[in-house]
Amino acid sequence: MKLHEIAHARTGDKGDTSNISVIAYRVEDWPLIDREVTPERVARHLGGVMASDVTRYALPQLCALNFVIRGALTGGVTRSLALDAHGKCLASVLLEMRL
Amino acid sequence: MSVVRIGTGAGFQGDRIAPAVDLAERGELDFLIFECLAERTIALAQQARLADPAAGYDPLLERRMRAVLPACARNGTRIVTNMGAANPRAAAERTRAVVRELGLPLTVAAVTGDDVLGLVGDSLLTETGAPARALEDRLISANAYIGVAGIVEALDAGADIVICGRASDPALFLAPLVHRFGWAMDDWARLGRGTLIGHLLECSAQITGGYFADPGVKEVPDLAEVGFPLAEVSEDGTAVITKLPGTGGLVTRATCTEQLLYEIHDPARYIQPDVVADFSQVELEEVGPDRVLVTGGSGHPASGQLKVSVGYRDGWRGEGQISYAGANCVARGRLAAEVVHRRLADLGGRILEERSELIGLDAVAPAAARGAADPSEVRLRIAARCADEEAAERIGEEVESLYLCGPAGGGGVSRSSREIIAVASTLIPAASVSVRVELTERIEA
Repeated sequence: MKLHEIAHARTGDKGDTSNISVIAYRVEDWPLIDREVTPERVARHLGGVMASDVTRYALPQLCALNFVIRGALTGGVTRSLALDAHGKCLASVLLEMRL
Repeated sequence: MSVVRIGTGAGFQGDRIAPAVDLAERGELDFLIFECLAERTIALAQQARLADPAAGYDPLLERRMRAVLPACARNGTRIVTNMGAANPRAAAERTRAVVRELGLPLTVAAVTGDDVLGLVGDSLLTETGAPARALEDRLISANAYIGVAGIVEALDAGADIVICGRASDPALFLAPLVHRFGWAMDDWARLGRGTLIGHLLECSAQITGGYFADPGVKEVPDLAEVGFPLAEVSEDGTAVITKLPGTGGLVTRATCTEQLLYEIHDPARYIQPDVVADFSQVELEEVGPDRVLVTGGSGHPASGQLKVSVGYRDGWRGEGQISYAGANCVARGRLAAEVVHRRLADLGGRILEERSELIGLDAVAPAAARGAADPSEVRLRIAARCADEEAAERIGEEVESLYLCGPAGGGGVSRSSREIIAVASTLIPAASVSVRVELTERIEA
């Protein structure tokens, strides 16, 4: 099963840091997401420079996780040469993760 | 119990104007807030001001004011905005001219003091660890994220329209609540809750169904006419987030949760000028159609330091794109990239950083997440950060020459170059920043 089937997500950015939320649609799926979507698995899924520094925060009352990935955006929005300089697409990429 | 109604008129510089007019006319608002400054916008505004001392404020300021002021004046709705950007005084002057022309009895205030270019020389940049002064003449701006003090002072003095530059985004919303409810500036729990409300509202439609739709999974009704949000705030800092009847979009626990976590990093420590807000125990409850009750926000004492956004010139950026389609398009795209890369070799050290990618294949998703199947078309994109404008121009020139000298079947070239204004961060003591309020005399109708 893809994470996309049981969760939604949004990416934000500050400077060179990406912030990706992952939120369960249903309370009953929260334990699985909490257990499986670890910082290590997120780092492995995104790979490359994204994998360097992943911190995870949990908000169980909202069935939500918040991932903070430092150094993820090749210098930040004004300086980056990336097509998606904000990294806005990353949340959807993360939802491709298989559980 | 009195409730303050506060709405969002804009969540970024280019946001739509019609939903703000709708809120001004039908929202029965006490306050309408326009948040128009992204991290990079202020540095670009400073660049505009350097070129023209009368410029540097939001280009849409006049259109926005003209559109909403008649309804705001009629309904007693006061405005707070950071559309002053790099030049709040000029923005207030321009607004005053609109007010006069429309014949409205409104007072306009400018809040200044966020420009700290003269104070940051010795401050160390977070990104490099070097003092700001090491950037020498490349340094063009330094703006502190100021808190609510100046805005509250202006509202207390009777301003109907308060225009500031780089205030923190949630402070634009927190200030009217502090003004109206008289919250103490060491009531950390209430300041945290007001910050929470500001954070939820600051991105306009991002909490009412904008940036949310995922067809088949997350449906959003009438997205094309998505409405902007408003909050009904109680004295204890709890609030209901909602939107106007008849507008598109939706307000649910899910839209509010996405916005709650947007860009905040550690939910227990969302560092703001007036408070370190704590969102870690927030509860969201759907209490009616498009109505979400927000409780559980809190806060801790402010850090005593202000974040400063430093803008500096950082070379030039050149880019060129060309499309390839059909049989073997990926290989032809890769060959085209190789040709351009070799052609640029004579620029040597004038190219500081270069990247090429095939849009539709490897441009956006990180390497680990990419699929293997070949697409039916790709667009080659080559971008480089260069030391000078001429080198940046060469990127597009070389891509354009692929028309006759590159692989088979390339089409649709586009090219561009522009100066890069980079943004870095530092911290300065809050006590070193002096915020000032300039109130113009009331213009009588």
